Amino acid sequence: MKIINAGKITKVVADLCIKANCFLRPDVLAKIKSACKKETQKKPKKALELIIKNAKIAASEKIAICQDTGLPIVFIEIGQDVKIAGDLKKAIEAGILQGYKSGNFRESIVRDPLMRSRPSYRGAVIHTEIVKGSRIKVTLMPKGFGCENKSFLKMFLPTAGVKEIKEFVIESVKSAGPDACPPYVVGVGIGGGAEYASLLAKKALLKRGLSPREASGIVTDLERDLLNRINKLKIGPMGLGGKFTCLSVNIETYPTHIAGLPVAVNISCHALRSATKIL
Amino acid sequence: MKTNIKNSCLNLKGLKSGDEVYFSGIIYTARDQAHKRLVDDIGKGKKAPFDIEGSVVYYCGPTKATKVRVIGSCGPTTSSRMDLFTPILLKKGLRAMIGKGRRSREVVKAIRKYKAVYFLAPAGCGALVSKCVKKAEPVAYSDLGPEQILRLEVENLPLIVAIDRNGRSIYG
Repeated sequence: MKIINAGKITKVVADLCIKANCFLRPDVLAKIKSACKKETQKKPKKALELIIKNAKIAASEKIAICQDTGLPIVFIEIGQDVKIAGDLKKAIEAGILQGYKSGNFRESIVRDPLMRSRPSYRGAVIHTEIVKGSRIKVTLMPKGFGCENKSFLKMFLPTAGVKEIKEFVIESVKSAGPDACPPYVVGVGIGGGAEYASLLAKKALLKRGLSPREASGIVTDLERDLLNRINKLKIGPMGLGGKFTCLSVNIETYPTHIAGLPVAVNISCHALRSATKIL
Repeated sequence: MKTNIKNSCLNLKGLKSGDEVYFSGIIYTARDQAHKRLVDDIGKGKKAPFDIEGSVVYYCGPTKATKVRVIGSCGPTTSSRMDLFTPILLKKGLRAMIGKGRRSREVVKAIRKYKAVYFLAPAGCGALVSKCVKKAEPVAYSDLGPEQILRLEVENLPLIVAIDRNGRSIYG
């Protein structure tokens, strides 16, 4: 059995904090650059240019892309043939503390959601999954709350169709409007239970490539159609209109109950940040 | 229209929604908890920690300053979360606000009534905005951490007039 020291995980998480917060994901940057090229209206084009310039400054000066360095969300897949020596949760939290401190990131976490005491770096959401094999895959997603606040969950009737789902997703983006830093990446989770649909919606944001997958099928068609229809809303970067309200719609699905159809929407701002490392 | 404005002689009269401007001068950061306290203090008849009359407030909670940077990443946060408190500050003479996104009907009404202006800063571009900040000093509420009030000296901060003094909004 492979043994991995918890200390090693701390180091990996700390590195991922810097990578995710200072270096915009290449797939996201590529999408923004392509949007900027295609945009013909002056104001939204300029806003996109500023986003590209911002990413450049952040990377070259190792400063956070956005002041909202987010709620750190950790997805950790643990191979069933791996043994972790030490306390995994503590190791992850130590990594976040180290990474956020060394990056001079913002202390955005309140320990008690009701008391709202002085914010700190302590408190991350950790999603653990046991998988086959002998590897550990760690992903850190600093999720800004301007866009997290625009999340939605709806429990549809099982007899509802794709049409209703589409309307719900489009209404969700409409309600976010220009407030949550468009152009957005829209994560949609369909299936599971209420909590799982929400998790799927967030996980959908992790999909790399961010382009409608080539194979056609009900999900791909839905992603493509939603992307087109959301862009017809013409909200645009900073709400200045133009062709790009949305960079990509990513959908994840899962089996669900005969009595229901949970659909969750998790919107990301244009600064969609995440970084992954496999051990 | 492109214009340069300095708030030593803040003249908002000529500004129309949609105008692009470069702003140089003094602004104060304040977001959720700072707004709550400011308005609480005003309600209790206490003196605000900075002179609200004629001031510009920036909805921002930056990342940390370092030895080589006076401020960290410092883009705007969602303005609508401050809507509840804004009319009270406008009544106290707040001159302008800088943030991102839409405002409530009440805020638009108050902007028109008190002849203020609401600007948009480049949203999600905190690294870029940090380049415009020349000086940052703590003013109040240090216990709020990143939500404390800072006095910022900014130069050529690129802004867009979102709601002008007549209440005309780019968001319709």
